[in-house]
Amino acid sequence: MTAIYLDNNATTRIDPLVRDVMLPFLDQLYGNPSSIHSFGTPVRQALEQARAQVARLIGARHDSEIIFTSCATESNSTALLSAVEAFPERRQIITTEVEHPAVLEVCAHLERRGYSIHRLPVNRLGQLDLDHYTQLLSDQVALVSIMWANNETGTLFPVEQMAQLAKSHGILFHTDAVQAVGKIPVQLADSAIDLLSFSGHKLHGPKGVGVLYVRRGSRFRPLLRGGHQERGLRGGTENAASIVGLGMACELAAQQLVHESNAIRALRDHLQRELLARIPNAQVTGDPEHRTPNTLNIAFEYVEGEAVLLHLDRLGIAASSGSACTSGSLEPSHVMRAMGIPYTAAHGSIRFSLSRTTTALEIASVIEQLPPIIAHLRALSPYWTQNKAQLARAGEFSPAYG
Amino acid sequence: MWNYSEKVKDHFFNPRNAKVLAQANAIGDVGSLSCGDALRLMLEVDPESERILDAGFQTFGCGSAIASSSALTELVIGKTLAEASRISNQDIADYLDGLPAEKMHCSVMGCEALEAAIANYRGEIWQESHTESALICKCFAVDEAKIVRAVTENQLTTLEQILNYTKAGGGCGACHEKIEQVLLKTLERHDALSLPCAANASLATTAGHAASLTHAADSLPKPDAHAKPEPHGEQEQRILSALGQIRPRLQADGGDVELVTFRGDSVVVSLSGNCLGCAMTDMTLSWVQQQLTQALGRPIQVSQLLQPETLTF
Repeated sequence: MTAIYLDNNATTRIDPLVRDVMLPFLDQLYGNPSSIHSFGTPVRQALEQARAQVARLIGARHDSEIIFTSCATESNSTALLSAVEAFPERRQIITTEVEHPAVLEVCAHLERRGYSIHRLPVNRLGQLDLDHYTQLLSDQVALVSIMWANNETGTLFPVEQMAQLAKSHGILFHTDAVQAVGKIPVQLADSAIDLLSFSGHKLHGPKGVGVLYVRRGSRFRPLLRGGHQERGLRGGTENAASIVGLGMACELAAQQLVHESNAIRALRDHLQRELLARIPNAQVTGDPEHRTPNTLNIAFEYVEGEAVLLHLDRLGIAASSGSACTSGSLEPSHVMRAMGIPYTAAHGSIRFSLSRTTTALEIASVIEQLPPIIAHLRALSPYWTQNKAQLARAGEFSPAYG
Repeated sequence: MWNYSEKVKDHFFNPRNAKVLAQANAIGDVGSLSCGDALRLMLEVDPESERILDAGFQTFGCGSAIASSSALTELVIGKTLAEASRISNQDIADYLDGLPAEKMHCSVMGCEALEAAIANYRGEIWQESHTESALICKCFAVDEAKIVRAVTENQLTTLEQILNYTKAGGGCGACHEKIEQVLLKTLERHDALSLPCAANASLATTAGHAASLTHAADSLPKPDAHAKPEPHGEQEQRILSALGQIRPRLQADGGDVELVTFRGDSVVVSLSGNCLGCAMTDMTLSWVQQQLTQALGRPIQVSQLLQPETLTF
């Protein structure tokens, strides 16, 4: 059994070329990049090369706009906490209900400290109401933080348009672009985006390294102090091997982005078409027209996501779910709830996320193997009898609490 | 999420008695779509002997929900209703060689389905009282509802008191911030509703809430404050008897604990068997500390005497 990895929004396989450029920095090239001697110099030069590779992928005007961090979570925390420190008189933040916890929980933390957090709701397709957004813009807002692409559904937000609107009100704009960079073209030099976060391991780079882009001239306060590294904007000895790997990952992504995203999109669309054709009572969640090319989130009614994942895992297929049980909480994912996906379907939402390593054979295998799993679990379910929703005939299954 | 026992996996992949029992004369429906799991338990009960002749289930839920349902049917078949009603959720979990803390509610659901089915057989209406809430302390499986209840019923105002009453936060300590958030929320609700809560008297109602919590705790009556110091021998007896209750749990896992010495509030124990070098040693020690604190009614500091052979350099 060869394993089929369709959980690339969680993390990706390190590209062999990325691994190869990293290895010397785990061996001979161990110097501290801050040292002026011959051990430090090649490491320092490699970091600067990586910075240029990153800047090219996201179309930054200056390499110095790139700050290396330990992960996108650190980048997000830095962006949010920097903004509130840089604009102490502004006590509001605008974000969305469907952000990653790396943004939402920092906002909740600030809320407990007296900040007003505006969490923009989404409609059934996961889209924002831009009129509502525009009404919230004022000189009381320290930062707007909007994800570029949603991790669960792949839905894209119009961040460039939203950044322009924020700019016209003199408000700093941050985007968590962890699911967008490397999947869709990003050109920051011509944009109104001030801050952007992403991480290496989502684009075939190593874990433990992230990027915070800070537009030149933006007010910024460091999160980690105590070192001159990253020009004093982020203290701490650099994770040299991972940064070099991230640089290579960005270079590969830049080279292959257009070709790859077309190929991946074709596989994803095929998977979607076939699953919907073979499995009744299934629906795509999110905005099918505005999505990252690699993500498919389907909700299968009357089954529970973890049970589906366990069966898939036994067949060597790795995917992910927004069900309550997979997260250890009691409610389905906040993204599914924000979109108003009914509980009948939200618990059974399964995310397939592809990458450039995904093959047509693998997709064909999933198309073959998933329908019987769903059928088996529905046969076990009290809500589902003889291939039709029993709930329609109210009263047959009547739990004592709910 | 995947640390299920082999038995759980077996009952999930090959569920026993997953069927609609046409001749069922006792049916229990529990759960709901909104909480992500639901179970219908069907029993065929012999009216003469009240013995359960057959059982079937239908379950919407995760791996452990399906496995718990399957285990439940295996446990009840052949038992009388009286015998079956003594089955606890822990029995279901034990039958499956244990469930992860986050998944214990699946065994609770199984138990409730059984209660509901028995009530249904006897023509009674079964009403469930428990409410599920988010798991706060993963080490000791304490959920938010339990903490809120402990705070409300006992007028608790500090993290330490919650730890003593519920064990929440007594393990790795990672949930301490969450516990304090639940505490603040609960106390604020009391303020808003003006519920009779001892904490209200000394708590500011607006800002500075957290800062005043410790102060509020100081003003609470301390149950043992006026008690005479206990003679050494009696204390030793209480420590030994508390350890006596702890030991079977550790022995079940191939470990053991013994009293080495104690003075005042400091107790030194030695761990042996599987407890030695176990990654969970810190948790075991803090659990022992909790038990002794409860048994002696005052904060006890437990430390471990390291055997020379366990020291590694």
